[in-house]
Amino acid sequence: MKAYLEGSQAIAKVVALCRPGVISAYPITPQTHIPETLAQMVAEGELKAEFVNVESEHSAASCCLGASATGVRAYTSTSSQGLLYMLEVLFNIAGLRLPLVLTCANRAVSAPINIWNDYQDAITLRDSGWIQFYAETIQEAVDLHIQGYRLSEDIRVLLPVMVNVDGYILTHGYEVVDIPEQELVDKFLPPYQLKYKLDPDNPLTLGVLAGPDYYMETRFAIQKTMEDVLEIIPEISGEFFEVFARKSGGLIEGYFLKDAEKVIVAMGSVCGTIKEAIDGLRDKKEKVGLLKIITYRPFPEEEIYQALKNAREIAVLEKAISLGGFGPLYTEIKSVFQGKKENPKISGFVIGLGGRDITKDSIRSVSDRLSGKQVDCEFIDLNLKGEHKDNLLGGSGVASQFIEQE
Amino acid sequence: MYKPLLSPGHTACAGCGQALAARLVVDVAGPQVIIANNTGCLEVFSTAYPESSWEVPWIHSLFENAAAVASGIESALKYLGKADQINVLAQAGDGGTADIGLQALSGMWERGHNILSICYDNEAYMNTGVQRSGLTPLDTNTTTTPVGKFSWGNIRPKKNMLEIALAHGLPYVASASVAYPRDIQRKVKKALAIRGPKYLHIFSPCPLGWRHEPELTYAVAKLAVETGFFPLLEFEDGKLSNVFKLKEIKPVEEYLKLQGRFRHLLSPEAKEELKRIQEMVNFNIEKYGILAK
Ligand SMILES: Cc1ncc(C[n+]2csc(CCOP(=O)(O)OP(=O)(O)O)c2C)c(N)n1
Ligand SMILES: [Mg+2]
Repeated sequence: MKAYLEGSQAIAKVVALCRPGVISAYPITPQTHIPETLAQMVAEGELKAEFVNVESEHSAASCCLGASATGVRAYTSTSSQGLLYMLEVLFNIAGLRLPLVLTCANRAVSAPINIWNDYQDAITLRDSGWIQFYAETIQEAVDLHIQGYRLSEDIRVLLPVMVNVDGYILTHGYEVVDIPEQELVDKFLPPYQLKYKLDPDNPLTLGVLAGPDYYMETRFAIQKTMEDVLEIIPEISGEFFEVFARKSGGLIEGYFLKDAEKVIVAMGSVCGTIKEAIDGLRDKKEKVGLLKIITYRPFPEEEIYQALKNAREIAVLEKAISLGGFGPLYTEIKSVFQGKKENPKISGFVIGLGGRDITKDSIRSVSDRLSGKQVDCEFIDLNLKGEHKDNLLGGSGVASQFIEQE
Repeated sequence: MYKPLLSPGHTACAGCGQALAARLVVDVAGPQVIIANNTGCLEVFSTAYPESSWEVPWIHSLFENAAAVASGIESALKYLGKADQINVLAQAGDGGTADIGLQALSGMWERGHNILSICYDNEAYMNTGVQRSGLTPLDTNTTTTPVGKFSWGNIRPKKNMLEIALAHGLPYVASASVAYPRDIQRKVKKALAIRGPKYLHIFSPCPLGWRHEPELTYAVAKLAVETGFFPLLEFEDGKLSNVFKLKEIKPVEEYLKLQGRFRHLLSPEAKEELKRIQEMVNFNIEKYGILAK
């Protein structure tokens, strides 16, 4: 059914269609509308689930862990500080091989505290064993939740899935969304079945101590599973198309890639802006294309290579940075070409941190700069005017060097 | 034939009070139980892969989250319609209960889950090598509250976990000791018969950390009760309903002197400190009416 919905409401509706038995979340902007909507659905009896009002994100994740281990589908959502507060539990869920879907309404990380969108929160979890999807639109976010549960619970997978949706831009934006029928979701997503679970009829010990003789194999197994997931995601996305008649999900998506000489690589809602900018550039006969990464973990190296190998100049645009290093996505895109005969110029651009507006001009300036010299880590749309005093930097002096005084 | 639900063969130290207490607890709880366990000695000595001592479904996640994991388990059981058949236990050491896990525990209590939480109190972080916790007594020598020229050891008295539990309005709150196994069993049984969140705090000597001979575990635990140092109490619906009374109360020194962690309190210079401790114990004896009339 098509409806004009706020992103959070759409996500809540689709989560409900996935029939979670236990929902546990903690308020943090911009994620909060999702659990609020779910709480209302439970209160109205529209959704049969236990809604557990926990005292922290650490407990929200732990509560979902316990429910999932007991054989009940669980759901949680969070943002930013909440995700970081969960971090220890999230590594644990992946290590325990427990299925779970978490929505991360992506938001910058403090300090300074900032409630607006970037990817520093989720990117920080990239080594945790979670599968990570990044949605471009509300519709895609909706679809990725259904696919996320299916993937996470697949006996070949048993890893948690994080669906990343841009805070505010997608969580608070409105869009006409196709919310699938319950029947179809039920057809696509079978009831939750867990082979190894907490059950007095078959008592198992979960969460053991594994010493040097055993630990490493558990990591190896997750790594191998992640490799398989690269094949399972397209399979599931294909089945999704068969059931819902909508192409959605997958590993990557290309936009005007075929003959593109310059390619911008990005994730999430900014891809919409990039597509528009590309339309404009194409009108001027500029051969620019977009590679959108939908699945960031596992990292679809081969697909990215195939998509980018004909490009001469590549710009990686990302809303996160490994401070002291580079943009994490940039580093990985560069690694794709290691040992390959193609040697495109790859530049890294940090953009839109803490909700800094990304305009078509921002994208055009990146595209223009691609013809210039290669850069590793260029910040786009910085404002270094004098009104930004260095008191935000603890008087470290680093800023004053850059700040243009009046 | 008796088959314990926490099997022997685990790697607990000789004389480990927690191992004794945990077996007593799970045996009473029976096979229709699911246990969530915080990180700590109990988890480590009972589940070193590829072995496990647990004959019941058991999960360990992290140091501080057993109460939240248990909340998820209990909610899942409710969802499955199995909440009446299966008991849920959340268990932890004193550190996992009173310090790092207190927030999750408080949340679980306040939400009213039908879960029995157990604290195996050995009065320090034993798993990591005897560092103080919020339940370490005044003047205890631990590796992070060492005795020295300017130090009598731990600078603060033990915090009162029973009162913290009571402040949450729990229907059942009790303390017990490995020195009184039957009492532990009775209390577990009673707790499990009550719906809602319950708290049982079990005094569990640690020969290694307390520096007493392993065969003295019972004796030490018993003296803690007989000196009034660790009162055995039961609260039902917030009211003190049962006190383990003593006809005669021994001086606290008798309890302290068996343990290396208190040895520094036996010197003549420690007289004032010893007096302070005795006064604190006297206060509790008075408060809970431990002396039998
Ligand atoms: C977040 C976190 N901090 C610290 C630790 C290290 N750690 C593991 S067990 C433990 C102490 C456990 O003490 P307690 O709860 O009293 O249980 P005991 O081992 O004494 O039975 C500590 C500090 C950890 N595993 N996780
Ligand atoms: Mg301890």
